[in-house]
Amino acid sequence: MNVLVFLIPLAIALGLLALYGLFWSLKRNQYEDLEGAAYRILLDDDIEKK
Amino acid sequence: MGAAPDFSHFVRNDEDGRSRLDLAIDGITCAACLPDIETAMGRLPGVKLARLNLTSHRLALTYDPQQVEPARFTGALEAIGYRAYPFEQRQVEADEQARFNLLLKCLGVAVFASMNIMLLSISVWSGQSTSLPPETRDFFHFVSALIALPAAAYAGQPFFSSAWTAIRQRRLNMDVPITIGVTLALALSVYETQHHADHAYFDSAVMLLSFLLAGRVLDQAMRRRTRTAAGNLAALKGENALRRETKDGADDWALVPVAALAAGDRLLVRAGERVPADGVIVEGTSAVDESAITGETDPKPVRLGDHVYAGTVNGEGALTVDVTAAGHSALIDEAARLIEQAGAARSRYMQLSDRVSQFYAPAVHLTALITGFSWWLFFGATAHDALVIAISVLIITCPCALALAVPTVQAMASGAFFRSGLFLNDARGLEKLGEIDSVVFDKTGTLTLPQSGVANADDIPADLLALAGRLARSSHHPLALALARSLRAGAPLPDARETPGQGVCASYEGGEARLGSAAFCDAEFLPPENEASSIYIRAGEKVARLSIRQTLRPDAAKIIAHLRGAGLDLHILSGDRAEAVGPVAAKLGIADWRGGQKPADKIAFVEDLGARGKRVLMVGDGLNDAPALAAAHASLSPIDAVHLTQGQADAVFLGERLLPVAAALAIAKKARGLMTQNLTFAIVYNAIAVPVAMAGHASPLFAAAAMSGSSILVTLNALRLRGPGKSVNVLAKS
Repeated sequence: MNVLVFLIPLAIALGLLALYGLFWSLKRNQYEDLEGAAYRILLDDDIEKK
Repeated sequence: MGAAPDFSHFVRNDEDGRSRLDLAIDGITCAACLPDIETAMGRLPGVKLARLNLTSHRLALTYDPQQVEPARFTGALEAIGYRAYPFEQRQVEADEQARFNLLLKCLGVAVFASMNIMLLSISVWSGQSTSLPPETRDFFHFVSALIALPAAAYAGQPFFSSAWTAIRQRRLNMDVPITIGVTLALALSVYETQHHADHAYFDSAVMLLSFLLAGRVLDQAMRRRTRTAAGNLAALKGENALRRETKDGADDWALVPVAALAAGDRLLVRAGERVPADGVIVEGTSAVDESAITGETDPKPVRLGDHVYAGTVNGEGALTVDVTAAGHSALIDEAARLIEQAGAARSRYMQLSDRVSQFYAPAVHLTALITGFSWWLFFGATAHDALVIAISVLIITCPCALALAVPTVQAMASGAFFRSGLFLNDARGLEKLGEIDSVVFDKTGTLTLPQSGVANADDIPADLLALAGRLARSSHHPLALALARSLRAGAPLPDARETPGQGVCASYEGGEARLGSAAFCDAEFLPPENEASSIYIRAGEKVARLSIRQTLRPDAAKIIAHLRGAGLDLHILSGDRAEAVGPVAAKLGIADWRGGQKPADKIAFVEDLGARGKRVLMVGDGLNDAPALAAAHASLSPIDAVHLTQGQADAVFLGERLLPVAAALAIAKKARGLMTQNLTFAIVYNAIAVPVAMAGHASPLFAAAAMSGSSILVTLNALRLRGPGKSVNVLAKS
C-alpha cells in the first residue's frame, strides 16, 4: 500500500495540470471562436509569407 | 457634402500609437469568407492585425492610424461583397462573457475535484466488502477533504452569492437549499473524518456542484450567443447621421454614426431619410411619417420649431434639426411613465422554479429536522447518528435534478428560438409565452411590413418591376425610396436624372425609361386605389401603374389562420384610423379590431382582457405599443421596432415574415410542458429517495447514484426540445 503515497499525489498533480490548462486557455481567449479555429488549420496563409 | 463615414467614435487608440476597431460583418455564409476577409484587410497599408471571429461574425482590426483611414476598411470589404458596420461592445455583453468564464472555471474546478475524490471514494466503497485497513480509509477521507474543501469554496461561488442575495431580500430560491446542502455535507464529512467513521460525503457535495454548474454553463453559453447576435444586429441597424462640423472656420456636413450624437448637435435630415435623433427643426418644412411612434400612417406636416422624433421618416423636404437631450422627448417620457405603471403587474410574475422552491426549501428543511429529532427522541439513536441521518436527508434532497429541470429546457428553447429567428430578451418570457391564450396585434409595422410596398406587384411584368426599382434608386422622393427598398432594387442606372417633384428618367435598351407621375410618364391617369399612392413607369411602349401602400407581411394571413386554428383569441389594436384598420382586419378575418387607439386605451384593453382571466400576448412595434407590451402577460416585437419597445418585449423576431410568432408560441408551449415534466420527475425522485434517507439507508454510494441518475434523466428529457414542432414546420415550408 505504500505505493499510494506516491500514486495519489501523482493523480492529483495530473488533474491540477489539466485544470491549469483550462485556466490558461480561458485567460488567452482560446474559446472565443470555436468555429473559426476549425477552419484556420486548413489555411495556407503561413506558407505564402515564406 | 457627406464624404466617408467618420468612425472615430468607435476607434480605440492604444498607447503604442496603434488603433483598434471592431466591425460587425454582414454576409458571411461559409468558412471560405475567413481567408477572403483577412487577406483583403492584410493588403491595406498599415493594417497590423486583422482577425475574423467566425462564431460571432466580428472582425478585429489593429492598424496604424497614420497610414490608413478606417473608412477604407468598410470600402474594401464592400468591394468583395461584405457589408461592415462599426461596432461597440456593450457592457451587458462583456458582463455575460465574464460570467461565462467564471462559470466555466468553476465547472473545471468542480469536475477536477469530483474525479479525484471519486477515485478515492470508489476505493473506499469497494474496500468495505474486502479488507481496507481503517488507516488507509481515514487517509483517503483526509485527502478527499483536502481536495473538496478548497474546490467547493471556489466552485460554489455562484450559488453562495446568489443564495446570500436571496436571503438578504427575504426570498428563497433554489440556491438556498443547494448552499445549505453542500455546506452541511462538507461539515459533516469533516467531522466524520476526524472521528474515523465509515462514511464521508465529500464526493456527493462536489459532484452536486459539478452537475449544477454544467447546467448553468449550458444556459450561459446560449445566452451569450443570443446576446452576441443581438449586438451584431444592433450594429447592422446602426445608422449614420449628417452632422455639421466646423473645420478650419468652414462648416461641413460629416457622416457620423448615430451612437456618436449628443444634444446640441445640428443635423441635416434629407428627404426620405429616417430621423436619427429627437430634435427641434431649425430650418425647412416637410411632412414626417410618424407611424413607428403613433401607428398613424398619414404623414404629419412639420415646420420651423416643431419637434421631430427618432425613428420617424422624413418626407419630401430636407430638414435641419438641433438634437435635444438624447432620448428625452416628451413622447418617450410619457411612454416610460406608462411602462412603469404597467410593468408593476409584470414584476409580480413568479417563475416556475421559484414557485417550486418556495415550498420545496422549507419542506425539505422541515423533513430533515423532523427526521433527526424522531431518531433521537423516539428511536433511541445517539445525537450523532440522528444528526448524520438528518444531514443525509438534506444531501439526498439537494435539488440537483430540480435545479437542472428548468435551465436545461431554457437552454434548449433559446436555441430553438434562435434557429427560428427569435431572440429571447428575458428567460422568464419563455414560461409566460407558454401560457398564452389570446393574442393582440398592432397593425402598422407588425401585421404590415414596416415599409410600404407595391400592392399590385403580381400584375406587373417582373422585368418592368426590376427596372422601376433601379430607377427609384436615383430618387429622393419618399415613395421612390419605399419602392426601391421593398423591391430590393439593383444598382441605379448610370445616367438617371431626377426632375424634382415629377420623376426619374434614364436611357434604357436604346429607348428611354421613366418613373414618376402619370403626366411625367405620359400615362393615362387612373384614380388612386383605397389608401394607396400611385407611381407610374414607362419603358418604351410598356406602361404600368404601381400602387404603393402598406402591405401585409407575406405570410400574415396563413399565420393568423394557424393561430386561430390553435384556439387562440385574436385581436387588433391600432393607433391608425379605423378606415385603415378595417380592411386589414377583414382580410385576416379578425373580428375584434379597434382603430385610433391611444397608448392608454391599449393598456386598458390589455388589462381588461387580463382581468377576465386571459393570458394576453401583445405583438407590437411602435412607441405607442410599448406600454401595452409591458402590461401584457407576454410580448413580442419585430426587430424593426423602436428601441424602447424592443426593450419591453420578451422576445424579438427577425425578418419579414410573421412565422416566428407562431414558432415562439409553439416552442414556448413545448418548453413549458417539458419544464413541468422535469419538475414533476424531480419531485417524484425525491418522494422515493427521501424515505430511504429518512430510514437511515442513504449511503454515499446511494446518494451518488441517485443524484447522477436523476440529473442525466432530466437533461435527456430537455434535449427532446429541438424546434417548434410539426404544425409550424409545415407552415415554414409552404
